[in-house]
Amino acid sequence: MELLCPAGNLPALKTAIDNGADAVYIGMKDDTNARHFAGLNFNDGKLAKGADYVHEHGKKLHVAINTFAHPDGEERWRKAVDNAVAIGTDALIIADLGVLDYAATKYPDVERHVSVQASTTNLEAIKFFKNNFDVERVVLPRVLSVQQVRQLAKTSPVKLEVFAFGSLCIMSEGRCYLSSYMTGESPNTAGACSPAKYVRWQETDKGLESRLNNVLIDRYQSDENAGYPTLCKGRFEVDNNVYHALEEPTSLNTLELIPELVKMGIASVKIEGRQRSPAYVEQVAKTWRMALDRFAENPDAYDVEQAWMNTLSNLSEGSQTTLGAYHRKWQ
Amino acid sequence: MKFSLGPSLFFWPKNDVEAYYQQALDSKADIIYLGETVCSKRRELRAKDWINLAKELASNSDKQIVLSTMALLESPAEIQTMRRLCGNGELLIEANDLSAVQMMHELNLPFVAGPAINCYNIATLKVLLRQGMSRWVMPVEVSGDWLKTLLQQAEEEKIRNQFECEVFSWGYMPLAYSARCFTARSEDRPKDDCKYCCIKYPEGRKMNSREGERVFILNGIQTMSGYQYNLVNEVPEMANMGVDIARISADNEKAFTMLDRFGNQLVNPEKYPLDGVEECNGYWHKIAGMSVA
Repeated sequence: MELLCPAGNLPALKTAIDNGADAVYIGMKDDTNARHFAGLNFNDGKLAKGADYVHEHGKKLHVAINTFAHPDGEERWRKAVDNAVAIGTDALIIADLGVLDYAATKYPDVERHVSVQASTTNLEAIKFFKNNFDVERVVLPRVLSVQQVRQLAKTSPVKLEVFAFGSLCIMSEGRCYLSSYMTGESPNTAGACSPAKYVRWQETDKGLESRLNNVLIDRYQSDENAGYPTLCKGRFEVDNNVYHALEEPTSLNTLELIPELVKMGIASVKIEGRQRSPAYVEQVAKTWRMALDRFAENPDAYDVEQAWMNTLSNLSEGSQTTLGAYHRKWQ
Repeated sequence: MKFSLGPSLFFWPKNDVEAYYQQALDSKADIIYLGETVCSKRRELRAKDWINLAKELASNSDKQIVLSTMALLESPAEIQTMRRLCGNGELLIEANDLSAVQMMHELNLPFVAGPAINCYNIATLKVLLRQGMSRWVMPVEVSGDWLKTLLQQAEEEKIRNQFECEVFSWGYMPLAYSARCFTARSEDRPKDDCKYCCIKYPEGRKMNSREGERVFILNGIQTMSGYQYNLVNEVPEMANMGVDIARISADNEKAFTMLDRFGNQLVNPEKYPLDGVEECNGYWHKIAGMSVA
């Protein structure tokens, strides 16, 4: 099972490879990728350097071109595909049907992966992508239970990749417009959820307030940890009851599912976090490498070490982790 | 330009559903969509009930009756149900997931690409046309300018006559789908023990900020806009740019009135000021969806 790590810049990419990633995924410095944040991602020169570093170490590079093409700029998405192929990417991660069509027609020999943003959650949808674009792999959204993943793995005509660790998106990815409803920008169209430029912090009599485009997302007392105002992780009011109406600030962590995922034949476990620092990438890659190696050495004796959990919790939102939708009780 | 009544996104008792659609037959809608699009646990009407109801409506009127399918399908049982709907042998299907597109393509039948299908550009329209799409409902977050450019490109590429274009124009917008049921969560229950509690909320549950600002509506696994989208003032513009159908989303209160009002905009256009604490039109005008331009 491949360990696939995120990299938002060249130092993070090198760190991922040096700490045990089998493959790294990156994006271009524009709105063609779903982590389009200021100061992040790869221009053409850095892209080539990154590809060289990965390949010199015998590892794989995946390039994410996973937003939806704008009608007045479709060539930007096609150019991103061309550039990724030119530097020798091992796989293209694509969500837009039109972009997939372009890649499959122009570069039939370059592996295509269906991005999580394409919301592919069942066998018939997988068949759609296999039949139309001969894709090699599908990245599953974080909405399926372990049982549902297992069922899909038994019947899928293509390889499956699942999210293993990182910030937890609780909606079917690619089908969430909450961010554009509040700010005008969504992952699909602008490559960012709850964009930083709309965030405002304010000390008030009632506590520290976080706002997104002026909507109050949360308010913290002095003994509470304040987190980034991702709009689905704030406290809201439903019939006079104030609580995390959608989700708490928490991260996904599936170390305990490794035996199950290997048994199902999952091709790759993906770490979320292209927007995170090289230090994050180092800790997560190292921990997951240890866990995967430990399992490979002696599957029967595999047990999650508390130290691994502590390391990962410290890197998580709200310092807490969950199995998310994999665990039915979460749903 | 025609007007459609979108599928009810809420969970209503069977008798209410049947009564509602009898009423819909007398409305100004040219097209009626119906079917469960949100959650397979909602079984007041099962697949065969929806098919029977739809066929009965079709036989009693000249309106076009369309069966809508689910957006988020996770289990083989859900796929089975959808297969039954797709193979109804008579009525047009609204596909809200690529799994339905795949099925309709296999059956060699035309379909409507619903608002939950991510189609943002001409290259994607072409892919869907190859599959048999006859009507495209654009994603709710797409702006008027974006649509205009896209429709012009379709003209230039000589494919504009191959599909109708429909715009979600009034009602609470479906914005997100999750594995988690937020209505059950609001009652402190896990989904597996939901007690079908969303039937208690025929218009969903309102979720406000702690300052009382309406943010979203919780509707089972679906999250909806807190405000009702209202493009009543944009009807003439839509007609000009070649939008074929404006969709009024089904609700208990205003949908039928809105069908009248939207229809009148083609005859005697009037300006309706929007209510900023209940309504929005931001998406069309390329600003935050919840805003009023």
